[in-house]
Amino acid sequence: MKRAHYSLKELGDAGEEEVSRYLQGVGLLIVDRNWRIKGGEIDLICEDRGVIVFVEVKTRRSNLFGTPFDAITPDKALRLQRLALAWMTLSHRWGQDYRIDAVGVWINSTGSFELEHRKAVL
Amino acid sequence: MALSSVRTMALVGLDGHVIDVEVDISEGLPGYTLLGLPDTALMESRDRVRSALVNSGFTWPNRRVTVSLSPAWLPKKGSNFDLPIAIALLIATGELSQESCREIIFLGELGLDGSLRFVRGVLPTLVSSLKSGFTRAITPMANNREASLVQGMHSVCVSSLVAATHFLKTGELEKWETFEEKDLDQIALTDLEDVVGQKSARFALEISAIGGHHILFLGPPGTGKTMLAERMPTILPPLSHELALEVSAIHSVAGTLHERGAMSSLPPFVAPHHTTTAPAMVGGGVHVIRPGAVSLAHEGILFIDEAPECGKGVLDSLRQPLESGEVTISRSTGTTTYPANFLLILAANPCPCGRFSGRGKSCTCSSVQIRRYLQKLSGPLLDRIDIRTFVEAPTRVDMASLDVGESSERVRGRVISARQLSAERFKGSAWTLNSRIPPRELRKRFAAEKSAMSFLHTELDSERLSARGFHKVLRLGWSVADQKGHAIPTREDIEVALQLREGMDLLL
Repeated sequence: MKRAHYSLKELGDAGEEEVSRYLQGVGLLIVDRNWRIKGGEIDLICEDRGVIVFVEVKTRRSNLFGTPFDAITPDKALRLQRLALAWMTLSHRWGQDYRIDAVGVWINSTGSFELEHRKAVL
Repeated sequence: MALSSVRTMALVGLDGHVIDVEVDISEGLPGYTLLGLPDTALMESRDRVRSALVNSGFTWPNRRVTVSLSPAWLPKKGSNFDLPIAIALLIATGELSQESCREIIFLGELGLDGSLRFVRGVLPTLVSSLKSGFTRAITPMANNREASLVQGMHSVCVSSLVAATHFLKTGELEKWETFEEKDLDQIALTDLEDVVGQKSARFALEISAIGGHHILFLGPPGTGKTMLAERMPTILPPLSHELALEVSAIHSVAGTLHERGAMSSLPPFVAPHHTTTAPAMVGGGVHVIRPGAVSLAHEGILFIDEAPECGKGVLDSLRQPLESGEVTISRSTGTTTYPANFLLILAANPCPCGRFSGRGKSCTCSSVQIRRYLQKLSGPLLDRIDIRTFVEAPTRVDMASLDVGESSERVRGRVISARQLSAERFKGSAWTLNSRIPPRELRKRFAAEKSAMSFLHTELDSERLSARGFHKVLRLGWSVADQKGHAIPTREDIEVALQLREGMDLLL
């Protein structure tokens, strides 16, 4: 779905869609999407050869207000950490290895995507 | 390369320690961690360095940046780590090669625009760098005068981060104008000529300069105590290159080098106010231990006006440096020693109302008040002061006289030749000044003429002189003899010395 104009919600969704396609492309298994509890939301939960991977997706049109990665403040990082543990508990995955990745997505005015995947950022 | 390291120096007192500034840029969320006991100013370096890099046209790595200053146990302070951190970052981001920055000491504070600013302590830092085997340094342009003083050190002074990187890449220096710095030696200073009359006080000053004897001036306000003390630097021999460097190093750490002139050979003159605190006097500070007045007066004069008004602890804090010529300050962050070999000049009014002179007719103080006032000085501190002189108000004859007093230059000439005499005498000894002759040597090798000694012994027997006083008078006697060109103190010299020492025992 290539479009030039998105609302904020559509922008985020489009970014997440792009990322899930990319992750599946590099061999990850999508376990869950937009998993949401009271404390917040995890964008993507995947499995990479036995390792649970929690993915935070940040989509931006430009770097004018900082890169997507700048948007993950220490505060948000802590919340991600907590959410990940909550998911592990609720899914009875305790003891399994896990990591938290961040993927930055840039959408330019022509509607094409650019991705940067940073592994184990926390 | 995501890992880099450059060298800088951290000062503890006047000694520099080589510091490795390591930068690691790793994957992960953007962040900045600074390790290695930084103080507040150093913590703030993150924001300065970031802005400086961006405003100099470089990119700030949007990744996890870890900066480590090792050895980690040494507390680091101040802003002179900005430049080394920025350079290490530029190496880590691939802007500069690690090779080009090897064996160079970097120093400097960055402005947000990428300009390089003045930092304190460049002189002792570079001296220590040289001792540690470094011969190249990059320092701020504003420090170029002191940087150029260290012989054998190739200091490149730059005015900005861009200029520094340009030099590292191409070896080209930026064009710059030489800084016009006032040289205090050239400025017409105060002169002893200005002092009207005061023959005995002048003499006391000269003897003090010859032998390094501490002085107490006692006299009513307005008689010229301060004037006399201020002129002391002009009659002392100029500092040798080595000593001037040492003095400049202390002033560099204190940030007062600009006022003094980078390589002034004039002995420093420091006059703390009598309300000063003990830490300001001997040095102190929480994280950074700064030199105090006693160290700023190293190889020069420490003048305390209205000495009895000083806090008791403040005057007593002078005892250790007077004894050892250095001062050691301990704080939670460590212990620092600064040199503090100074000549002490105290000035005091004879009484609280200040009008006691001559027979004390116009004085309104009670004898108890006077005693209490001067008692603040007595005790161990006063013991270390060899010369006590009463400074009387100049008489009508003095004021009307058209003769100007002797000029500083002439007095200085005599001081220098007298000091040569004593230096000759003390060749091979640990001391160079008459006031430093140890008591044992004084009785054995440096006794006065026979008649002079028997005169002193009589004084001792009649309990007009204590054992310590005996030694002090003998030391003063040597200075008087040097001034007069006598090979050994004569009875007359000793009598003059006794006058200088006991001239106003009536009051004390």
